[in-house]
Amino acid sequence: MSSPSSSSASSSSTDLTRMTAADLATRIHSGEVSSVEVAQAHLDRIGAVDGDVHAFLHVSGESALSQAAAVDAARANGDTLGPLAGVPLALKDVLVQKGVPTTAGSKILEGWLPPYDATVTTKLIEAGIVILGKTNMDEFAMGSSTENSAYGPTRNPWDLDRIPGGSGGGSAAALAAFEAPLAIGTDTGGSIRQPASVTGTVGAKPTYGGVSRYGVIALASSLDQVGPCARTVLDTALLHEVIAGHDPRDSTSIPQPVPQVVAAVRRGQNEDLSGVRIGVVKQLHSDAYQSGVLSSFDQAVEKFTALGAEIVEVDCPHFEAALAAYYLILPSECSSNLARFDAMRYGLRVGDTGGASAEEVMMATRGAGFGPEVKRRIILGAYALSAGYYDAYYGSAQKVRTLIRQDFEKAYLAADVLISPASPVTAFPIGEKVNDPMAMYLNDLATIPGSLAGIPAMSVPSGLAADTGLPVGLQIMGPALGEEQMYRVAAAFEAAYVAEHGGVVADSAPALATAEVTR
Amino acid sequence: MSPSPPEDPAATGAPALTRADVAHLAYLTRLKLTDEELDTYVGQLSVILDSVAQVSQLATPDVVPTTHAVPLTNVYREDVVVPGLEHDAALAGAPAEQDGRFRVPQILGEGE
Repeated sequence: MSSPSSSSASSSSTDLTRMTAADLATRIHSGEVSSVEVAQAHLDRIGAVDGDVHAFLHVSGESALSQAAAVDAARANGDTLGPLAGVPLALKDVLVQKGVPTTAGSKILEGWLPPYDATVTTKLIEAGIVILGKTNMDEFAMGSSTENSAYGPTRNPWDLDRIPGGSGGGSAAALAAFEAPLAIGTDTGGSIRQPASVTGTVGAKPTYGGVSRYGVIALASSLDQVGPCARTVLDTALLHEVIAGHDPRDSTSIPQPVPQVVAAVRRGQNEDLSGVRIGVVKQLHSDAYQSGVLSSFDQAVEKFTALGAEIVEVDCPHFEAALAAYYLILPSECSSNLARFDAMRYGLRVGDTGGASAEEVMMATRGAGFGPEVKRRIILGAYALSAGYYDAYYGSAQKVRTLIRQDFEKAYLAADVLISPASPVTAFPIGEKVNDPMAMYLNDLATIPGSLAGIPAMSVPSGLAADTGLPVGLQIMGPALGEEQMYRVAAAFEAAYVAEHGGVVADSAPALATAEVTR
Repeated sequence: MSPSPPEDPAATGAPALTRADVAHLAYLTRLKLTDEELDTYVGQLSVILDSVAQVSQLATPDVVPTTHAVPLTNVYREDVVVPGLEHDAALAGAPAEQDGRFRVPQILGEGE
């Protein structure tokens, strides 16, 4: 893990890390501040706090500064800059970046340097977005706490003894620790939304197929989706428009225009929600949810009423079986996807003594290179797909998926968007659920139905829980390709929150102790 | 399809997995497990399987399975040649190489 080379953190650079991506872009484009200064301020911040937070697995100090310098040069040259040009970003370590270590949180990929860029990486670089480094995650995105990373957990900036969610805990923590104003996540069952929820940040999972997955290390191919993360809804929307769009290199990519989510956010900020029908999902409001989460959610519903929205209750009976279906579909697909880690062409190779067969080397490598949760899910998936059990397990789960999709279709006849808490609980202590897989899986109770249906869904902070004082996330779900109405509602909610509290939830995250930056 | 396993594993109430089952699955998935890992997984996987088995009760014959959330069929592209990875780049991550090729352990046994 490299450390950033840096200059001293001045008070003005501290201020730069507190700004939104939209503000930074405005200042960079007007020449008030350079992209290099902005990048340096964030690298300094990472140097000062990441020893405690551990959001990053790799910091790309030099390449970030040279990317930033290129944006400054382009500006000096009078070139037209993209809306986020010059703004720094943290990239989840499951997306490949050419020549930059990419591990997906696994020992099996330690030291591997990808020979190509993911489409999302290419889009970011072409947009002039400055990539600060790669963020920590549960191994191969399997987990809800980042404790399954082979490189040690990330800590929640709100309370360093608690989890930042997962699998994208590193990306969410980087935002909440003001190490980056933008981040990329991936969401298979909630890996963008649940970390956003427990860190008081914003994260959106686009419609399945809305963002290219070329160059994203696959977990469960019928579910995986890349999405934008930030501290505000507008920043999230700005990033969404950069990364979305059809990619011929991903056959599951939807041939649809990029949704106009930034315009939708402006509308949400400037108009009330009269005429908008908001559905409260009955099944996602139960005693399985922490009381502080439910009371924050109920206050959000009141806020929507005050904004002029019509609140309706919707019944989605099959959501009760969503978790069960998910924990058959996901392991089945991951057992197949992770077969590629065979010690032959790249990554770790263990036990190649000369006398050992390829099969023995493969078994030794996978045994040593994968962590416990990955092995658990591979075995579970192989079982669910085996002859004789396929129909009862994998086949049945796919049928439940149909029933859940139909529940959504019916709900969207009565409502334009659906809402629920994004996570059943606020951030829990590190270590609390690490030996109880089923308890860990329950963290994705509210996010999994949307994943199975492939709809767009996001988490926006609804405030701090009365019982724990920690952030609570509000989940807003749109119909397939309904990103614009989802963002509009999110922006209206956030605007109402800011009007009441004077800032977004992330603004009240605790200041972290800063270490002396060595150079 | 093998006739021996029950149609509905959830209905039998039988323990879902034995230690031998897990050992066999670990072999099929090319995972070398320690005895300790085997013991842990037998218990944990049985708990998980008990919890997820409810899906078979909802999966009536009239329900059509969903394989992909947003299904696309017949995805075509123009049949044109585009550059792929350079030879050296493709080999750069190889655990071992020889003569510009991936060097792998012995694949076939003696006499095969």
